[in-house]
Amino acid sequence: MTVGRVLRQAPLTAKIGLILIALNLVAVVFAPWIAPYGETQVVGDQWLPGFWDHASMPDGIYALLGTDQLGRDIFSRLVYGARNSILIALGTTALSFTVGVTTGMVAATARGVVDQIMSRIVDILMGFPTLIFALLLLAVLGSSIPVLIGVIALLDATRVFRLSRALGMDLEAQDYVELARLRGERIGWIVLHEILPNATGPLAAEFGLRFCFVFLFIATLSFLGLGIQPPMADWGSMVRENASAISFGILTPLFPAAAIAILTVAVNLVVDWFIRFTGDAHHGR
Amino acid sequence: MAADPHGARRKGELLLDVQGLKIEGRTGGQWQPIVRGVDLTLQRGEVLGLIGESGAGKSTVGLAAMGYVRAGCRFTGGSVMFNGQDLLRLDRPAQSTLRGARIAYVAQSAAAAFNPAHRLMPQVIEARLRDKRGERAEAEADARRLFGKLQLPDPDRIGLRYPHEVSGGQLQRAMTAMAMACRPDLIIFDEPTTALDVTTQVEVLAAIRAIVEEFHTAALYITHDLAVVAQLAHRILVLRHGQAVEEAPTRTMLAAPREDYTRSLWAVRNLHKPQRASGEVVLAMTGIHAGYGAAKVLDDVSITVGRGCTVAVVGESGSGKSTLARVATGLLPPRQGEIRFCGEPLSPSLKGRTPDQLRRIQMIYQSPDAALNPRHTVRDVIARPLTLFRGLSGPARESRIIELLDMVQLGPHFLDRLPGALSGGQKQRLCMARALAAEPDIVICDEVTSALDQIVQEEILKLLLRLQDELGVSYLFITHDLATVRAIADTIVVMHRGRVVQQGPRDAVLSPPYPAYTELLLSSVPAMDPDWLTNLLAARSDARSVSV
Repeated sequence: MTVGRVLRQAPLTAKIGLILIALNLVAVVFAPWIAPYGETQVVGDQWLPGFWDHASMPDGIYALLGTDQLGRDIFSRLVYGARNSILIALGTTALSFTVGVTTGMVAATARGVVDQIMSRIVDILMGFPTLIFALLLLAVLGSSIPVLIGVIALLDATRVFRLSRALGMDLEAQDYVELARLRGERIGWIVLHEILPNATGPLAAEFGLRFCFVFLFIATLSFLGLGIQPPMADWGSMVRENASAISFGILTPLFPAAAIAILTVAVNLVVDWFIRFTGDAHHGR
Repeated sequence: MAADPHGARRKGELLLDVQGLKIEGRTGGQWQPIVRGVDLTLQRGEVLGLIGESGAGKSTVGLAAMGYVRAGCRFTGGSVMFNGQDLLRLDRPAQSTLRGARIAYVAQSAAAAFNPAHRLMPQVIEARLRDKRGERAEAEADARRLFGKLQLPDPDRIGLRYPHEVSGGQLQRAMTAMAMACRPDLIIFDEPTTALDVTTQVEVLAAIRAIVEEFHTAALYITHDLAVVAQLAHRILVLRHGQAVEEAPTRTMLAAPREDYTRSLWAVRNLHKPQRASGEVVLAMTGIHAGYGAAKVLDDVSITVGRGCTVAVVGESGSGKSTLARVATGLLPPRQGEIRFCGEPLSPSLKGRTPDQLRRIQMIYQSPDAALNPRHTVRDVIARPLTLFRGLSGPARESRIIELLDMVQLGPHFLDRLPGALSGGQKQRLCMARALAAEPDIVICDEVTSALDQIVQEEILKLLLRLQDELGVSYLFITHDLATVRAIADTIVVMHRGRVVQQGPRDAVLSPPYPAYTELLLSSVPAMDPDWLTNLLAARSDARSVSV
């Protein structure tokens, strides 16, 4: 089946999800060309209304979605924020899955002492409250984007490890894996060809979930001053910074919140389709 | 047990009358007919056997007799009159009052039907209490009486056990007690003994027959095994592709089946091959002791497999047959004993064996579903051993794949299919092709036919025999089915509780005098004779009273 045919046959929900993700990716790539103002440029007073009350906008500026608590254009910051938020979320989730799935599969196939040691290390890591552990690491290592990605990925990887270890152990007991062992296959081949293809469904679902949690976690860290450092824009921080405006009837914080929600829903629509699509293989299409 | 089950009984009134039953099931977005107009009638106290291969619609008809269809299915025509009421037109509450109380169901897997978190007794009497028929104490006393009638050990206390604490045969009888608790008018038995081995099957059959007779209950007995149903049923209805093929009283059908299809249902028992002996020994295992953890499973087992010969290992479940296969393949290193392969010592563990030794010992499993990766196409499955063992690639590999598919009677159009798109028999053939791709000296077949129905079994066995003739490959054939053994074995090894009870050429093992266990095993295989169970039970009770 060609990629084109697969896409055409996708259900409507998946198509909507794909389009929304594509729009976000356009924002990521072309941010400087799309945004009317700079990421940190102050364009006017704080919390100016946007298109819905254009009359009260001072002459010479046009902030589509209004301005934030420092008078910056929300729309421009959303576009730049997509860059930071999505790239960090993607990088973090990819890293946590690489680490989590690899270690999980090693533990599931090696069993015995190796599994015991790895599982207990993960238990210890999971024993700390996530936020406090992240704060501790960021305080020691200093907050920069690579450190942020590394720390969140490490914390997420513990959960991915548990899931993939459980999946691996379950699949490893199948007769076809036993047969591969009887053929004298290497363990790496067995994991790649016999186990992982059958674990994609649950792992993809977990991926969609983890991807979204990263936004929220970064927002929390940013609120505490250890996430993405101002004046860089990210969606989570934009919600936090403008949260108090909502009590004055100002809509500003709803836009970044909506951006997070829409992307979350879009990712999960696509993941759902992917799970159904791969799940069908078990029943021969 | 003296009463003749097929003799005169009270002329019953009509209890169940199914007319023109049609049921459809949804597959891949389309409604396909599963049952295409089946008629059947059942009188009070009568037992009707419903037989046919898998996919014939037996279970669907059985459930329809309760006015029930599985999720994804729907009634599209006909009526199911039970005691004068059309079950298909009753509302849910009215159906619920009938189910369990007037109509009960006994499923194939008792283990799946009992909740493992509860003891047996509350589950057995649940329907009766829900029905508000009497007190708990009374219901429990009645259940204990039923346990006794069903020959369960320690009937007063067995209800206190959890499902995992009793054996499969005992659980199946407990489930019969559950069905009997409300003294229903009709019980539907759906393959209640299929998952049991022959010696246990006899006990369960005898218990079911006795209790159905005693309470004068009507029953629909669903199975694919004609010999089993012959022991219980007064009449037999043969189903195929959702239609009735033939219906006749049991004795008439056994003596003179009208349809070819009915005859083919017991064809596997007529397969026969000349017994062979071979000078050259391929696999020799001597003095094997093996086990898992503290449990000892194999106790001083020795077997030899000659080139081009079939050694059948028989015994009931738990006898150590499959463990023997694991030792031979190297998955379970024995604690003691020696394995020699083609005259050379073979490393006890998988790691110590050379790729060539791994190639020459291949394995086929009982369940092709579990033995085939659902993500690998037919091509992938056969290509891998060719690449690994033979170093083939490209067009050479492709043509070899097609050759192998041809050997197992699958065409090249299967190449890109996933296992999910194959039938049970096709999957098992694919597993055979994969084993043969390695060009092995010996193939270990672990219950390869027991998950398949009679006709497919016969095809697979014929194929195994033909391939042995053509390729000279040896089989270590593990099974609990003596009909299969009779059909294909050269040498028979009888195992019981981890020990070899008897071992020798087929004809010697299958002719008297038998050691006690072989005798038990052989006599427990149902024969195509409606009097078989009656005679067997009589013979066994005679033997018991003589020995006492």
